[in-house]
Amino acid sequence: MADTSPRQVTFRLRRYEPGNDRQPRWEDHRVDATPGMTVLDGLWKVKELGAPSLAWRSSCRMGICGSCGMLVNGRPRLACNTQVTELRSDVVAVAPLPNFDIVKDLVPDLRPMFATHRGVLPYLVRDDTAEQEAPTREYRQTPHELEQYLQFSYCIKCGCCMAACPTVATDPRYSGPMPLGQAQRYDNDSRDAGFGARREVLARGSGPWRCHFAGECSQVCPKGVDPAKAIQLMKQDLVLDLLRLRRRRPPAAVAEAPHGTRREDIPAAPPRTVTEG
Amino acid sequence: MRDRTLWTWHIGAGVVILVLLGLHMAIMHLGSTLGISGSEPTAWESVAARAGSLFFTTTYVLLLGAALYHGFYGLRNILLELNPGPGLRRTIDVGLSVVGLALFAFGTWAALAAPGAATTMGG
Amino acid sequence: MESRPHPNRLGIRGWVGGGRWGFERYLYTLHRLTGLALLAYFAMHIFVTSARALGPGAWEQAMGAVSGPLFQVGEYLVFAAFAFHAVNGIRLAILELGFAVGRPIEPVYPYQTSVGRQRRLARAVLMIAAVIALWGGLDFFVLG
Repeated sequence: MADTSPRQVTFRLRRYEPGNDRQPRWEDHRVDATPGMTVLDGLWKVKELGAPSLAWRSSCRMGICGSCGMLVNGRPRLACNTQVTELRSDVVAVAPLPNFDIVKDLVPDLRPMFATHRGVLPYLVRDDTAEQEAPTREYRQTPHELEQYLQFSYCIKCGCCMAACPTVATDPRYSGPMPLGQAQRYDNDSRDAGFGARREVLARGSGPWRCHFAGECSQVCPKGVDPAKAIQLMKQDLVLDLLRLRRRRPPAAVAEAPHGTRREDIPAAPPRTVTEG
Repeated sequence: MRDRTLWTWHIGAGVVILVLLGLHMAIMHLGSTLGISGSEPTAWESVAARAGSLFFTTTYVLLLGAALYHGFYGLRNILLELNPGPGLRRTIDVGLSVVGLALFAFGTWAALAAPGAATTMGG
Repeated sequence: MESRPHPNRLGIRGWVGGGRWGFERYLYTLHRLTGLALLAYFAMHIFVTSARALGPGAWEQAMGAVSGPLFQVGEYLVFAAFAFHAVNGIRLAILELGFAVGRPIEPVYPYQTSVGRQRRLARAVLMIAAVIALWGGLDFFVLG
């Protein structure tokens, strides 16, 4: 039978107290690691037993909210999605995501990433405002059209891709894999008509031109979004647009009400049994 | 919109260089194994013969332009990714353009001014 | 009073990676290094070959200046850098124009990414570049 007794691992945490510390520093804590324990579980143990002031972001603990992105043993990962045993090491080094300023301990300042994200218009851009404000029916979209952007819609905005990107490491003007991936999610959505509006941002210096396909973003993405693929597809779209070869199609129309499908022999509803008042 | 155009030209220039520089490298450094007979490419006779050929003169100038554009765009990428301030950004753009154009002008002069060089007027 | 966050960008260290990254990151770093080396060589090459315009005497002098053993090795390194940069450049042009990266799919764990899809191409690039570099080496040092 497998040995399930707890073994001791060292959680090496990057601490930084604003106002008190000039530089971040490492701090070690011994933790009993049981099989199935995630890095997030370990952080809770450390907070409970050794470092009550340790700060980090986490919420769902199941890999869907995107809050707990951290640098674990040199790679950006979700703390809740990373088993201590999968690290195959007696030391679990946890640091805040690089390429974001540190607010405190393991908490990165994600505001620049979200601001850039807002700048690429991450929503459906269409002309029919009346329908958008007061929708009457759904927009017609085939499963094949859905597949063109579904993968990119799985992004949970955790920031791991931004931490892994070599260009984001030096250039704050580069939009980064998350905003670019999300711009492509909408450009590839057949219901969207915003390619021209997003092009104002993307054909310039903040667009995908500083991506050189190091591919790290796709390798660290915990949801399989593959932002590298989105960015290369975006480059293809933008270059085709430059050469005036891009196929333009109108955005998805509102689905029509079905004709002649109402059954005539439906019996009338029985009288109400619940009276008003 | 400029960055998209500059990048597209960068890829196009890369393709041009692949063909022309590939040929140049093959002639200069793979000649023995490829069985390209004839005198040494760097001997004056070969050099003068190529100088007198309109084909070679044109391809040299084309390769010069494409390679300078491709190389300086790459250098610009590296420099701009190091996050210079706005003033330095202008300097880099202007500086690289000036140096690139100057090298192109100099190289084109060297290609056209060679003794016995083929020009559209000379032939 | 809100305290200012502490800067945490990786800088140029982020270009080179931390040793636990995929091999495409190293191809990217090598592509940059070879590009810079080729550009530097090219600038010198324009000046050296411009001696052609000044006649056979100047030409022979220029060729003489660049024929020492150090230059021979240097020129070979330039050839090897070209072999890598050109073949990897073909790979980058294909990928960055959106070909061979795959279509959007429904992500099912274990995730297949565009990086995995192009891995064979990347390995082929390295092998072809090595073959060309060795072939050039043959010409430079054995037959030349």
